[in-house]
Amino acid sequence: MEPNHDIAPLLQARALTYTRNAEPIFGPLDVSLHAGEVVLIEGDNGSGKTTLLKVLCGLLEPSSGDVLLHGAPLTLARLSHQVALLGHLLGLKMELSTLQNLHFAVGMGGIRPGITPRLALASVGLEGYEDQPLRTLSAGQKKRVALARLLLVPAALWLLDEPYANLDRTGIELVNRVLDHHARRGGAALITSHGAYAYTSGAPRRIALKTAA
Amino acid sequence: MKPGTTRAACVALLRRDLTLIWRRRGDALNPLLFSIIVVALFPFALGPEQATLARIAAGTIFVALLLASLLSLDMLFRSDLEDGSLEQLVLSPHPLSLLLACKIAIHWLTTTLPLIVIAPLLAQMLYLPDTVLPVLLIALALATPLLSLIGSVCVALTVGMRRSGMLLTLLVLPLIVPALIFGAGACNAAQAGLPFTAPLLWLGAWLVLALVLAPLAAAAALKISLT
Repeated sequence: MEPNHDIAPLLQARALTYTRNAEPIFGPLDVSLHAGEVVLIEGDNGSGKTTLLKVLCGLLEPSSGDVLLHGAPLTLARLSHQVALLGHLLGLKMELSTLQNLHFAVGMGGIRPGITPRLALASVGLEGYEDQPLRTLSAGQKKRVALARLLLVPAALWLLDEPYANLDRTGIELVNRVLDHHARRGGAALITSHGAYAYTSGAPRRIALKTAA
Repeated sequence: MKPGTTRAACVALLRRDLTLIWRRRGDALNPLLFSIIVVALFPFALGPEQATLARIAAGTIFVALLLASLLSLDMLFRSDLEDGSLEQLVLSPHPLSLLLACKIAIHWLTTTLPLIVIAPLLAQMLYLPDTVLPVLLIALALATPLLSLIGSVCVALTVGMRRSGMLLTLLVLPLIVPALIFGAGACNAAQAGLPFTAPLLWLGAWLVLALVLAPLAAAAALKISLT
């Protein structure tokens, strides 16, 4: 699906900067993300990719500039069910089984039609791991559980921080497949990468973050 | 699209936290053991005279239980912060104050309620007169949720810091002293045969105030300390 540029972008940032303790972290930066688009943010370690995602989802206040969601200013209250964040910390409980973690995510965020936690686990290649406590899984498998959470919740906008880290070759293909599928049904995703692996299908728009000097 | 309801979110959160506490039930027993040990040590230090112990019983039990629940307070948001669940909680579309109220309720039910349940046993160990026991239990039932609620605001403020335990204690202790004075005061009044309802009513009034305001303040504090 070609991105439709006539309607208001799903997410738009204008002249966005973030400064921590008088030290500029990134920006000024303009980003716009339309439905059906996957945009890749590239930058070296410490260039502010994680901070940018946190500003875009409203966890951090930008120092200047603004973030618009569907053309209206972003606040935590307006996020409702529209944005899903996958950070370095996966937000999963090690003591609980994969299925229990996903049931919790569904309880908190709601569920897409036509999918169940079991189906989501199967589609990230973790069939048969339903009752395994998360602590017994490898780092890559935990990441897959976090991807299954994204498949379940009804958010249209995904902010993924280094989704390729810890994943093997099939895992990387899995992320790309999941992203393609999400874009095809009208979702959008902003993903960060330090460049070692990247979203390869199609030709994603790339935004380079430079370390603020 | 089927967005989840706030009710479903609260149920999911309650169920998850209860399961987690059941998995780590050894940790949940710590405050219980602590308060039993503290109270058991007093007769060793002061001698076994019934009159001496009966006079300090209510105050000792009160202090032991408040300190024991203070110990577990730091755990309220710690593990959620470390695994990123707290970020997801803040980003969830439901009112954060309501979700935090659920967490505080679970914390009180699982770490402090058992302390109140063993309070009659502790009272027996220190020869607390039977007539004072109901007053002690009512005072504890009012003062300990107050500690959990006030404490949650302080925990939310300090959760982003490393080694916040000391700071947390310094923040919470002055705020909880009035609850101690009124709670233990009611018991002492009952023991001396004086009217004791006024301090209990004060505790009740504070508890109602904290029930309304503390989750809101904790939510605001948590947003500050996550940024």
